[in-house]
Amino acid sequence: MKEKNLQPKNRKYILAKDFRRNKVLYLMVLPVVAFYILFSYVPMSGIIIAFKDYKPMLGMWKSPWADSWGFGNFLEFFSNPFFGRILKNTLLISLYSIIFSFPAPVMLALLLNEVRLKKCRRVVQTVSYMPHFISLVVVCGMVRQFCLSDGLFNNLFQLLGVDSVNSWLQIPGAFRTIYVGTDIWQSMGWNSIIYLAAIAGVDHQLYEAAEIDGAGRWKKLLHITFPTIRPTIILLLIMQVGKTMNVGYEKILLLYNSTIYETADVISTYTYRKGLLDFDYSYSTAVNLFNSVINFALVIIANKISSKVSETSLF
Amino acid sequence: MNKYLKNKKWVSWIPDVIMAAILLGIGIIMVYPVLYEVFVSFSDSVQFVRQRGIMVRPAGFSTLAYEIVLNAKPIWTGFRNTILVEVIGLVFNLTLTSFGAYFLTRKNVLWKKPVNILIIITMYFSGGLIPTYLTVTGYGLGNSIWALILPAAMSTYNMILLRSYFSTIPDSLAESVMMDGGGHFTILFKIFIPLAKPGMMVMLLYYAVSHWNSWFSAFIYLRDVDKAPLQLVLKNMFAEESTELLKLINKFDNFDSLQETVRAAMMVVSTLPIVCLYPFLQKYFEGGIMIGSLKE
Repeated sequence: MKEKNLQPKNRKYILAKDFRRNKVLYLMVLPVVAFYILFSYVPMSGIIIAFKDYKPMLGMWKSPWADSWGFGNFLEFFSNPFFGRILKNTLLISLYSIIFSFPAPVMLALLLNEVRLKKCRRVVQTVSYMPHFISLVVVCGMVRQFCLSDGLFNNLFQLLGVDSVNSWLQIPGAFRTIYVGTDIWQSMGWNSIIYLAAIAGVDHQLYEAAEIDGAGRWKKLLHITFPTIRPTIILLLIMQVGKTMNVGYEKILLLYNSTIYETADVISTYTYRKGLLDFDYSYSTAVNLFNSVINFALVIIANKISSKVSETSLF
Repeated sequence: MNKYLKNKKWVSWIPDVIMAAILLGIGIIMVYPVLYEVFVSFSDSVQFVRQRGIMVRPAGFSTLAYEIVLNAKPIWTGFRNTILVEVIGLVFNLTLTSFGAYFLTRKNVLWKKPVNILIIITMYFSGGLIPTYLTVTGYGLGNSIWALILPAAMSTYNMILLRSYFSTIPDSLAESVMMDGGGHFTILFKIFIPLAKPGMMVMLLYYAVSHWNSWFSAFIYLRDVDKAPLQLVLKNMFAEESTELLKLINKFDNFDSLQETVRAAMMVVSTLPIVCLYPFLQKYFEGGIMIGSLKE
C-alpha cells in the first residue's frame, strides 16, 4: 500500500530530475521532434481522408465520411478497370528489377574482384560510379533523346538490322526494358560498392588454406567469396522485395506519356494523376494507403522467410 | 604477360582476359551515353540531324548550342535557385541531423527511447503523396522555396549514419568537457563534430546531392517560373514540344534542328560540375556506404 502511494510521486520526481539534468539535450532534440511531428506525423494523420469524402472547404476533419462505412474510395478503386492494369504494371516492373537490376551489381563486384589486371579494375570501378552522379532529370532527358526517331537507339539498331521506329517511348512493349535498362546503367556501379566492401573483409588465410587443399579459382569463388557476400545479398534482396509495390513515380513521370500508360502506368503515378491533376484527394489517398498496407505486409513476409532460410533478418 | 607465356602459365590468364574484356565493355557502356551527349552538344545541328550510325565525334563543329544555353536566363535563374536551396537547406540539414544524432548517443536520458521510437516509425510509415501535399500547403508553404527546404530538413537515414560515427567517440572525452564546466553544445561543436569530420562530410554530400537532384517537390509546390530550381527548369526544357525551349531558339532559322543540340548542351552544362568533382569526393561517399552497411 505504502509503495503504491509513493509511486506516482516517485515517478514525478524522476521525471523532474531527468528534465533538470538533461534540459539542454531536450532543447537540442526539440526541433528534431518538431520536424518529425510536423512533416511525418501530421501527414500520417491526414491518411484519414482515405475514408472520407474530402472537401477542401471543410478540411480534413470535418469532411463527411465516405459511403460504405468509409470504405467507398477503396471499393471504387477495386472495381475500377485500371486497378488490374496498374497493379500488373507495378508488379512486373518490380519483378524485372529483381531479376535483372538486382544481380547486376553482385556480378560486377565479383568480376572486379576476380580480375587480376588491377588497372582495369580501378578504371572500370571509377567509371561505373559516374552515372550515379547524374541527376534523374538529366538521365531521363538523355533517354528521351536516345529514343527519338533519329536517336542513338535507332542508329544502333540500324547497324544490327532492326527496323527503326518513330519513337521508342511510344511503344508500350519497350517501356519496361527501357526502365530497367537505364536503372541498371545508373545504379549498377554504385550498388556494387557494398559487395566489394564485404569481399574486401574476407580473411586471406582462407584463400591460402583453400589453395593448399588444391582449390582452383572457381572453387575459391564459389566456396569463399560468394558465401561472404551472401548475407549482404539476402539482406538487400529482402529490402528490394519489401519495395515491390513501391515503384517510384519520379522516373516514370519523366519518361512516360499517355500512349504507353498500358505498360508504364503504375500505382504511384496513378496516385499522382488522380490526386494532383484530377484533385480527387480522397480517392488518391485510398489508393496510396492500399499500396502501403500491401507493402508493409510484404516486408514482414520477406523478413519471415529470410529468417527461416538464413540467420539474416531486418528486425 | 610475356613473362607468363614463358612460364607456360598463359592458360591461367585466359579467364582474366575474358573478364577484362567484359569489364571494358561495361566501362564503354557506362561512358558512351555521356560522351554521346558531349558530341551532340558540339555538333552542328543540321549535320547532326542527318548523321547516322555510331557517333565517335561531333557531327561538324559548332558552339552555337553553348552560346544559347549560356545566354539562357531560365538556366541561370535555375542555378541561382538551386544554390539558394542548397545553402539554406544544408544549414537546416546539418544542424538538425547533428542535434538528433548527438541526442541519440547520450546515456541516462529518460526520453531517449520514446524519441527513438518516434523516429523509427517514420521509416516504415508515411502519409503518402496527397496527405503530405495537403499538410505542406496547409502550412502556407505552397509556391515558396521553403516547401523545398523544410519537409527535407532532415533524413532519418543520414541521422542514423551520423549516430554511428558519433558512437565511436569515447565517452571519457565528453565527461572531461563536463568536468571543465562545458555543456552539451560545447561537447558537440568542439569534440563530436570535429572528431566525426568524415561522417559530417559524407552527410553534407548526401544532402547536397539530394537537394541538387530534387525536382518533384518544386514541380508540385511552385507555381512561379522564376523560383524553379535547375532540375525543374531542365525537366521543362526536356519535355516534348517545350515552349520554354522554343522561346530560346525560335529566333534561329533552323530552330527545329537546334532542339537536340541545345538540350545536350544543357545536360553537359548542368552535369559537368558534378561529374568533375566526384572522383575527388568518391572516398567520402564510399565511406558512407560502408558505415551504413555496418549498421544495417
